[in-house]
Amino acid sequence: MNTPSSPSAPAPEHRLPPGFALHASGADGSQEYFLNMGPQHPSTHGVLKLVVRLDGETVVEVVPHLGFIHRAIEKMGESETYVQYLHLTDRMDYLSSHINNLGVCMAIEKAMGIGVPERGEYIRVMVSELQRIQSHLLWWGAFGMDLGAVTAFLYGFKEREKITALFEDLCGARLTMNYFRPGGSNADVPENFIPRVLEIVEEMKFTLDEFNALLSANPITISRTQGVGALSRERAISYGCSGPVARASGVNFDVRRHAPYSIYDRFEFDVPLGQNGDCYDRYRVRMEEMRQSVRILEQAAASFPEGPHRAKEKPVYKLPAGSYFSSVETARGMFGTYIVSDGGLKPYRIKSRSPNLSNLAPIAEMAAGGKIADLVAILSTLDIIVPDIDR
Amino acid sequence: MNLAPIPHNDHLFVRRLKQVGELLRGMRVTWGYLVRPSRVVTREYPENRETLTFPERFRGQVVMPHDAEGEHNCTACTLCEKACPNGSISILTTKNIADKRVLGRFVYRLSSCTLCNLCIEACPFDAIHMGHQVDNVEAASYERAALDLILNKREGR
Amino acid sequence: MIDLTVTHPIGDRIREVLPPLPAALANGALAVASLALLVTVMAILLVWLERKVCARFQARLGPTRVGPFGLLQPIADALKLLMKENLRPTATDMVAYYLAPLLPITGSFLVLTVIPFDHNLQVANPGAGVVFVIAASGLGILGTLIGGWGSNNKYALLGSMRSGAQLFSYELSMVLCMLLVVMAAGSASLREIVLSQQGTVLDWWIFKLPGAGFAAFLLFLISSTAELNRGPLDLSEAEQELTGGFHTEYAGMSFSMFFLAEFVNMFAAAALGSTFFLGGFLAPQIGVHAVDAVLSFVPGVIWFGLKSGFLIFLYMWFRWTFPRLRIDHLLALEWKFLLPVSMGNLLLGATLVTFGLLLP
Ligand code: SF4
Ligand code: SF4
Repeated sequence: MNTPSSPSAPAPEHRLPPGFALHASGADGSQEYFLNMGPQHPSTHGVLKLVVRLDGETVVEVVPHLGFIHRAIEKMGESETYVQYLHLTDRMDYLSSHINNLGVCMAIEKAMGIGVPERGEYIRVMVSELQRIQSHLLWWGAFGMDLGAVTAFLYGFKEREKITALFEDLCGARLTMNYFRPGGSNADVPENFIPRVLEIVEEMKFTLDEFNALLSANPITISRTQGVGALSRERAISYGCSGPVARASGVNFDVRRHAPYSIYDRFEFDVPLGQNGDCYDRYRVRMEEMRQSVRILEQAAASFPEGPHRAKEKPVYKLPAGSYFSSVETARGMFGTYIVSDGGLKPYRIKSRSPNLSNLAPIAEMAAGGKIADLVAILSTLDIIVPDIDR
Repeated sequence: MNLAPIPHNDHLFVRRLKQVGELLRGMRVTWGYLVRPSRVVTREYPENRETLTFPERFRGQVVMPHDAEGEHNCTACTLCEKACPNGSISILTTKNIADKRVLGRFVYRLSSCTLCNLCIEACPFDAIHMGHQVDNVEAASYERAALDLILNKREGR
Repeated sequence: MIDLTVTHPIGDRIREVLPPLPAALANGALAVASLALLVTVMAILLVWLERKVCARFQARLGPTRVGPFGLLQPIADALKLLMKENLRPTATDMVAYYLAPLLPITGSFLVLTVIPFDHNLQVANPGAGVVFVIAASGLGILGTLIGGWGSNNKYALLGSMRSGAQLFSYELSMVLCMLLVVMAAGSASLREIVLSQQGTVLDWWIFKLPGAGFAAFLLFLISSTAELNRGPLDLSEAEQELTGGFHTEYAGMSFSMFFLAEFVNMFAAAALGSTFFLGGFLAPQIGVHAVDAVLSFVPGVIWFGLKSGFLIFLYMWFRWTFPRLRIDHLLALEWKFLLPVSMGNLLLGATLVTFGLLLP
């Protein structure tokens, strides 16, 4: 960056604001200009600000500005007990709140040696997979809307509502669940849980076909996404991408498969992998993941055991001094929880490794050279949850 | 599992025809919604307020049930106050005639409550619940002060 | 001087009782007033229809609260927009900013003046009606261009540049499709074009020119969608990309002018489509005498409304189903596909007309 060394130094002709790394192209008669996309923009999904350097409609460089919704959740965690901290993780990636809860619970269980009863494990897996489907359904709708098919948005929400209603019955909340606890979950599933899951599973098969008919093979969708925003396998790994974003680039990594937690090793499912890493592959990977989640749900529902849903509750959760790590696969990628305990009631330090920051990182590389419309498509298929980036 | 590769070998004309077919397929989906009123999912909220039900576990605002004599179960043990991550509950105690420490006021600040259910789980006497009536959900208010509630009906019991 | 007069009982009566000049003025005023009424009613009706149809496509109910079936919702919307402060950002160009919203609605109004709604229901009938229509609809493009430029906003500028590129391109294939019909009908007067389709349904230009007519109709549908700035070709608004495009900076009444123009425009385009391809105000005749008698008993203006309504429904269906194209794909679609095809189609039509290969 060519910042002037002293105030009196003459400002260089083509100085760029901080954050922009590429050289100003075509210094003579350059037509470049800057555009602030966000923090209030229909397709940044929250308060993300992208400063875009444009040449006509062509994106030269993108610099994301973060921090608009920073709430210092990790710092707050240091002054709350472990169980109290759980409900803050709901507010990171709010579309994977169950799974975030699970990650923290698992770290606590690991530290204190708490086991989870069989039924509790089944509940965990089923609820996580329902949440994954729910999150992907919302993503599908938002993706359609970002591309201009507003109807898709409503369909996505309509289908998602069925799972949300189930969660409402299960834990009383629709978004910030706070359901899992160390050793299980805070309540057993309602009586009609399994029949309702099976009903959702049946409906999902029909829904996915309908969604495919509406958007998947639509030539406009394909022309908007195929070959757009390609991310190579190597770059995906070096950026630390995870989840569907990495898998679309051919990175064969899924925490559920490669570091199985809970009882994921008992179920049969495939990890869909893309080859090109473009928007269309990310789209197809997510569509396929929904099918795989349905498969897991079917297997789990068939062998859902009786028994207690939670190990015996401890009066206080006091982790022995040391550091503990757990990782889970949320709908967006790997969610790691790192707890450093000094043996007290509250964590000394608690750190979340959330998938969204690393998934957003390659956007500058992916969007450069494309059009503004491509930037929107890329952002949409990265499936960013801004509060998870800022925390 | 790799995704199925996208076929590219069609003749251009065949491909165009297939694309038109895909467009029509999409139109058929939306048509299916237009002609079937049964697929409308809208619920008209203020109108259906009377018949609106929430699941039993629904987490509306915290309520303290009172029995017919106006008694509640709270013993002012302050476990809920300690369990609350946001300091939304303050238990103000008082002495009754028998000089026993009893609940004076159960102050509940809805404005800072995250409806996390921890206070309910902490209460050993089942004295507070998460409300699941319509009234427990409609909490909008023009003043912040209106969200500071006192849950027990009478003091010093 | 070209005679633009359209005979209508009321007009004739006025011409009887008044001397020529006042009669012409009174007739003109009457025609403009009724057209203004039509435009208003049409806009309100279409806003309502769009919201209802869109809602039902999306498994929703749409407006239900204001009036029966939410029929008064557009009026409530209009009142809301009227009462809003007409904000003008300081950095805008005042003349351009305030002029722009007026142009599109003027353009579509002018187009409506030459549309024959019924046998004798037409404001004016110029011999070169088609040319007039093409010229008048150009005003709309000007409106979006000026508005985007005058707003002094990057999103608006991008939107107006997009709309410039898009509308000018799509105008071409739209005109070529109209030209085919003009050629086949042998007249550029809209009334003559309608009357040239007399006979059964098969005499409508969409069917009468085998193949070419239907192709021209489809091309007209696509290019008029682009002309209307409606999804999936609403690139100059592109809410998800440009936050509203050329009308990003508009609020209140000046925004509602753009908004209304969109709907009046849609009606005008549908009216043109039914005039050119679907026999305009003519009742559909199927060749069975008894049925035909009943069908032709229905006034032409109703047939006209039904046909235009059908086209409007198609526009809505497209909009609420498809994702938006990207600007370069959009222009490629026009220049590499629609334009060559419509030229070829014109050639085919010319051949058919020359050798008399029309449907009997
Ligand atoms: S629900 Fe949670 S935040 Fe609200 S008062 Fe209870 S413990 Fe506090
Ligand atoms: S509500 Fe329950 S936990 Fe809270 S003070 Fe009363 S008895 Fe104790």
